[in-house]
Amino acid sequence: MSETTHDGTVAVTATPASPGEGLTAAQLAARHGLTVSGARPPLGEYVRQLWGRRHFIVAFSQAKLTAQYSQAKLGQLWQVATPLLNAAVYFSIFGLILEADRGMTREVYVPFLVTGVFLFTFTQSSVMAGVRAISGNLGLVRALHFPRASLPISFALQQLQQLLFSMIVLFAVVIGFGSYPRPSWLLIVPVLALQFLFNTGLALAMARAGAKTPDLAQLMPFIMRTWMYASGVMFSIPVFLADHPGWIATVLQWNPAAVYMDLMRFALIDGYGSENLPDHVWAVACGWAVLFAVGGFVYFWKAEERYGRG
Amino acid sequence: MAEPNTGERVPTVIADDLHIVYRVNGARTGKGSATAALSRILRRGGSDDTARGVRKVHAVRGVSFVAYRGEAIGLIGSNGSGKSTLLRAIAGLLPAERGKVYTDGQPSLLGVNAALMNDLTGERNVILGGLAMGMSREEIKARYQEIVDFSGINDKGDFITLPMRTYSSGMAARLRFSIAAAKDHDVLMIDEALATGDRAFQKRSEERIRELRKEAGTVFLVSHNNKSIRDTCNRVLWLERGELRMDGPTDEVLKEYEKFTGK
Repeated sequence: MSETTHDGTVAVTATPASPGEGLTAAQLAARHGLTVSGARPPLGEYVRQLWGRRHFIVAFSQAKLTAQYSQAKLGQLWQVATPLLNAAVYFSIFGLILEADRGMTREVYVPFLVTGVFLFTFTQSSVMAGVRAISGNLGLVRALHFPRASLPISFALQQLQQLLFSMIVLFAVVIGFGSYPRPSWLLIVPVLALQFLFNTGLALAMARAGAKTPDLAQLMPFIMRTWMYASGVMFSIPVFLADHPGWIATVLQWNPAAVYMDLMRFALIDGYGSENLPDHVWAVACGWAVLFAVGGFVYFWKAEERYGRG
Repeated sequence: MAEPNTGERVPTVIADDLHIVYRVNGARTGKGSATAALSRILRRGGSDDTARGVRKVHAVRGVSFVAYRGEAIGLIGSNGSGKSTLLRAIAGLLPAERGKVYTDGQPSLLGVNAALMNDLTGERNVILGGLAMGMSREEIKARYQEIVDFSGINDKGDFITLPMRTYSSGMAARLRFSIAAAKDHDVLMIDEALATGDRAFQKRSEERIRELRKEAGTVFLVSHNNKSIRDTCNRVLWLERGELRMDGPTDEVLKEYEKFTGK
């Protein structure tokens, strides 16, 4: 086709590229070392590219976080005020009206409830952000080149930063109800790290599912609410299920959301001892984190070249 | 090949019988009601997409061409003829339905609009946009002042520290172009970027594009402005309804195109 154009004749080219020497397009590409545009890189290379974009991931998550309240008069104060109001609402409903604090004193129950609400919200909002990570950012996906995993990871990171603001409120509540800082508070770091890994993996998996089926964004709130009630956010699972077979409570307590909440309560609250934790709790916590982080990442990467098709 | 005395020309982009199809959910019947959606799901005859109320838009149909190093290629055609879609497919941003695109290195689309956030200050958007294009923090720091000066945002006071939502549309467009043009590219694709800003800024940006062209191997330019195509391109692809209608030197294709559009 190049000959015809340079001879000056008008070329209508709907035929495969045949640049003069009878080579097919693939042969010509191979000869000059051209590669297929938009192909999926191997896993190792993908991880390397992702690491190269770490500054973008962090900057994007911080930008999203800041943009959230930038039109409000109180501005970034809402980062702390929102979780505080949340805690107050849950306390008035479950603590004062429904009296779900069976088997716990008020000094334990209030921090118990607030910890549960904050940590579950962390997972919940990571999942919701993950579902929309690709489908809600098609403009970005279709405009620029970057490993698509940057988006769900960035959103999970945004939720982690949001949680750190909530932790300020949580510390105030815990101390206000008589549990003072002690060495076990150091456990907060591994608990949050493991939960973040778990959330990120889940967000990656949900991002792929949500890219294919955007309807999931409508469905997820119901699934998340069911999960919340099954995880003992506002009540103690063993106490509430005391007259049911023991294995039901054990299975519920081993679900990832419950595991991370219970570990955090154990770390922070004086009257919440290890007798409230299921067996092998740390092994289960690590297992969920690794399983979801690795599984979710590989699952997401497998569809890398298909994101952005509308 | 075509000009044997100049030696072999090096291809940078090869498109081989490329097809791009968009899928639009729930747009098949035009009836947006819940009952219509339900009956579509229930009626599901086969497993193919059309049975599930997914409408296909065949935006690019079997386009093939070879672009060589040193060429500046203009893409023309009426609205909705598939020009922007073709650019995105070359950049590897839109998966091909059929056919393949081979490229030398990573072609980049000039444009960061989607990465920028209106609620953030211009300053933070410069950094975010740069990072989104794959620049390092040091590169951005080194070029920051250059980008701001080029955009001319600060000519009328300290606007760069205000959120982008407070900018006029012209100012925002200028900042976007300045960020996008800050990076050097192997294969550069520009989508009607020349039409932004006032006359003075247009002149500056045309100059910057010529600079980028010198550094880049191959340039693609989408524009409805025949003059800017004539000024910058030596080859033109004319797309109509997703098909390549004509491919040749700028003058000839533009002559036919102007006849076609009735100018």
